[in-house]
Amino acid sequence: MGLTPRPEPNVVSYDPKGGEGWVTTRLDFLVNWGRANSLWPMPFGTACCAIEFMATAAAQFDLARFGMERMSFSPRQADVLICAGRVPFKLAPVLRRIWQQMPQPKWAISMGACASTGGMFDNYAVVQGIDTIIPVDVYVPGCPPRPEGLIYGIMMLQEKVKRERAADPSIRHEMEPDPTSQLYIPPSAINELSEPFGNAVHQTRSGL
Amino acid sequence: MSPSSSFAPVIPGSGLPAGSPAATTPKQIPHRGGPVNPTVDALREKFGAAIQRVDVVWGETSVVVERSRVAEIVRWLHDDPGQSYVYLSDVTAVEFRDVEQPLEVVWHLRSLAFRRFIRLKALLPKGTPLEVPSVYPIFKSADWMERECYDMFGVKFVGHPDLRRLLMWEGYKEGFPLRKDFPLRGRFSRAEQLRQALAANPEARYSKEELSIADAFEDLPQDMRARLRSGEKTGE
Amino acid sequence: MATIKRTVEVELSTTGLDAQGRPQRVPLAVAEDGSTVAVAAPPSLEPELEGEHMLINIGPQHPATHGVLRLVLELDGETVVRCIPHIGYLHCGFEKIGEYRQYNQIIPWTDREDYLNSIGNNVAFALGAERLFGIEITERCTVLRVIAMELSRIISHLVWLGTTCIDIGAFTPFLWLFQERENVYALLERWIGARLTTTATRVGGMAADLPNGWTEQLQTFITLFPKTLDEVDRVLTRNGIWVGRTVGLGAMTAEEALNYGLSGAMLRASGVAYDVRKDFPYLDYETYDFDVPVGTNGDVYDRFLVRFEELRQSVRILEQALRRLPDGPVNIDDHRVILPPKSKATSEMESMIHHFKQVMEGPRPPIGEAYVAVESPKGEKGYYMVSDGTSKPVRWRIRPPSFVNLSAIPRMVEGHLLSDVIAINASIDIVMGEIDR
Repeated sequence: MGLTPRPEPNVVSYDPKGGEGWVTTRLDFLVNWGRANSLWPMPFGTACCAIEFMATAAAQFDLARFGMERMSFSPRQADVLICAGRVPFKLAPVLRRIWQQMPQPKWAISMGACASTGGMFDNYAVVQGIDTIIPVDVYVPGCPPRPEGLIYGIMMLQEKVKRERAADPSIRHEMEPDPTSQLYIPPSAINELSEPFGNAVHQTRSGL
Repeated sequence: MSPSSSFAPVIPGSGLPAGSPAATTPKQIPHRGGPVNPTVDALREKFGAAIQRVDVVWGETSVVVERSRVAEIVRWLHDDPGQSYVYLSDVTAVEFRDVEQPLEVVWHLRSLAFRRFIRLKALLPKGTPLEVPSVYPIFKSADWMERECYDMFGVKFVGHPDLRRLLMWEGYKEGFPLRKDFPLRGRFSRAEQLRQALAANPEARYSKEELSIADAFEDLPQDMRARLRSGEKTGE
Repeated sequence: MATIKRTVEVELSTTGLDAQGRPQRVPLAVAEDGSTVAVAAPPSLEPELEGEHMLINIGPQHPATHGVLRLVLELDGETVVRCIPHIGYLHCGFEKIGEYRQYNQIIPWTDREDYLNSIGNNVAFALGAERLFGIEITERCTVLRVIAMELSRIISHLVWLGTTCIDIGAFTPFLWLFQERENVYALLERWIGARLTTTATRVGGMAADLPNGWTEQLQTFITLFPKTLDEVDRVLTRNGIWVGRTVGLGAMTAEEALNYGLSGAMLRASGVAYDVRKDFPYLDYETYDFDVPVGTNGDVYDRFLVRFEELRQSVRILEQALRRLPDGPVNIDDHRVILPPKSKATSEMESMIHHFKQVMEGPRPPIGEAYVAVESPKGEKGYYMVSDGTSKPVRWRIRPPSFVNLSAIPRMVEGHLLSDVIAINASIDIVMGEIDR
C-alpha cells in the first residue's frame, strides 16, 4: 500500500506501442470531457444521507454546476449510482437488481459510512459495505457527509472518468457474480471484511 | 372546505369535570408509589382475579392481567364510557436478560377524554407457548404493531387475521431478532447472510400461506441445522 | 368496482341539436358494406369491459415513496382496489443495538432513526432516560430543549412540504424551503457542530450551551422565516392545481383516525385536537401560549393546512422561549450521571473517578420502566425503556408515529386513482428510518 500520486486529470497518456494514434487519444479526451460533465445520477437514497443528497441538489449547493441536475430515477437512463444511506439485507437484492439494470458505462458512489462499511450498524440486519454487492468507484466518508463532501466525491469521480480510454476493454467489463452464490467476492473475503473492529468489539458485550 | 357549522372537534379532556385544571408537566415523580390511575379500581371491581398485580413505577400505572383475558379487558376499557381508552399507543414485548423471568407483552393505552394513561401487561412464562389474544378486532392500529412483535419476538397474537413477518423478509431463517438468545450480529456468517439475502426475489409478493418459519428451517445449511438441533445457542 | 368511465366511440357525427341547442352526437355503427349508419343509442353507452385487475408495484426504490417503501397496488383501470404495503427495507436493528449500549451511547442512534427530526429525538430520548433515572433537569436546559424541538419541527415540516410539492408537481417551493432549512442547519451547526445528526442531548443536560450571539441569529431567523412562509402560502394554498390534487383525498373520520392510531397532523386534520404537548405535557409546554390547529375533513388538503399552521405556531413558541431563556447552568449538578467538566476531571480526584466510572461502566438507573411520549413532527413519538438495574436497557422500544400512520394507507388509498396514491402517501409524512428502525 502507500499513497501514489494521482496523474493529472486532463492528460490522456499516450502509449506508442499500443498502436493508438493522436486522433484516438484526442477523441478519448473529447468523449471523457463530455461524459464527466453530464453524469446523470441515479439516487439510491435510503436514509439520512438522502436528506443531505437532497440538500446538495437544492439551491445552496446546486448540483447543476456539475451537469448532474438531471436526476435519473430510472436506472436504465443513469450513469452513476449514488447509494446514499444504509443498505439492510432486505434491500440487497434490490440494489443488485438496480445496478444490473444500469447500462454501461456506469459508476457507483457509496455515500456515507453506512453504505461504505455498515457504519455504526454492526448487527444482524445491515450489509457491511455495499462493495460486497456491487463494485464501488468512490467512497464518501461521513455520517452523513456534508454536501461539500459529496461534491468532492463527485469531482473525484469526474477525474476518474476523464482518465478512461476507449481502447481499454477492461473498463466496460460487466462483472458477473458467481452463479451459485450470487456473490462477486469469495465468502471468506466477505467474512473478513465484515469482522467487527476497534471499539465495536468491546461495546457490544452484553451484561454489565 | 364545506361549511362546517355542525363540525365538532374531538377535544381531549372533555370527560373531566368542568373547571378541571389543564394538564401540567409532571415533576418530582417518585420511583415507586404515587397516585394510582383510578381505572384500576374499576378494573378490579369488574374483572376481579384477572387483575394480578398493580404497580406504579415512575408515575405510570402498570396492570398485570391474566393473559387469556387481555382482549376482553381491552374491549371493556375501550367501550366503557367511564373509561374510554380509545387510543392504543403501543403494543410491544419485553424479554429480560434473566432467562427465568417471563416474557412480557405490553399494551399502552390512552384515554383522551380523561387524560389517563395505563399500561397493561401479560406475563408469558418461559416454556409455555408464546400466545396472547389479539386486540386487532378492537383497534385497527394493532395490526402492524402485533405483526412487528411477532416478527421480532415470535409472540403469536391469536385472532390476528394476517400474522406474518413485517420487517424481516418472509422466510428469514435466523429466528426472532429481539429475543435474548439471538446474537447481535445474527446466527449466520456475513457471507451466508448476504448469500441468502441476494437469493431473495425482490418482486415476491408473499402471502401468509406460502411460507412459514418452520419451513424455512429445512432450507438451512446442513451444519447449521445440526448445530441448532443439538440445542446450541450462538450467543456472543 | 365495475364502473368504467371510458366509452369506446367509433365515430361521431352531428345529426341535430338537442334541447339546449348543443349538437347532438350519436354513435355510428359500421355497416357490413363499409358505409356508416346511425343507430339508436344503446341503453348503456358504457360497455362492460371485463378486464383483469392489474398489479402494479411501486418501490422499494421510487422517488415518490419518500424512501424505500414498497406498495403493491391492485388496479381496476386506474382505480385502486387493494393496496398491500411492504416495509422493512430499512430495518437496521435499532432496538437490538440499544440493548448493547449505555444510555448516553444510544443517543447517536436516535439521530438516525427519524433523521428529519434528529434533535427532537435526542430530546425525547433524554426525557425518557431522565424519567428512568429520576432526574429533574435545570430551567435553562428545559427552555433550550423547547427551542431544539421546535426548530426540529420546522425543518421536518419543511422537508415534508418541499418533497410533497415535488410529488404533486410544484418544484419552486422545494428550493425556497430548502433555503430556509439551510438557515436552520447553520443555527444547529453553530450550537451543536453538526447539521443533521446532532446528538445534542445528554442524560441530565445538553452536549453544549449556546455560543455567543446565537440567540440574535435565531431572532433573525424567526423574523425572516414567516416571510418565506407567506410566499409559499401565496403560491400553494389557493393554487388551483394544488387544491385540485389534494382536496377530498384519503379522508378519514375522527373515529376511524383514532381507531387506526393516527397521531400528529394526520389525527388533527381529522378533527381530533390531540396534541401531546397540550394533553400530556412535557418540558413545561403548558406554560407556552400556542394553538393546536384542527382540520375538518381529514383529507390531504387539511393535513397540509394543519402542518402549515404548525410551522407558524412553532415560530410563536420560539419567540416565547427566546424571551424567557434564563441564565444558569445547563447540566444538572450530579456527576454520577453526567460527565464533570473536562478541566475538573483532569485536576480533581473525585471528578476523575466520576469520569472514569461513567465512561467505563455508565450510569445505572434503578429497576423500572418508563414510557415517555413527545409530539414529534409526525405525531406521538414514544420511547419505552425498561431497566433491570444495569447500565444498559433491557429493552429500548421506539413507538414510531409514522409507522402507525402508514399502516392506515390501505384504507386511505382504496377507491382513489393511482395518481392520488402519491399525494396521499406524501401527506402521511413518512420517514422510513423511523418506520423500519
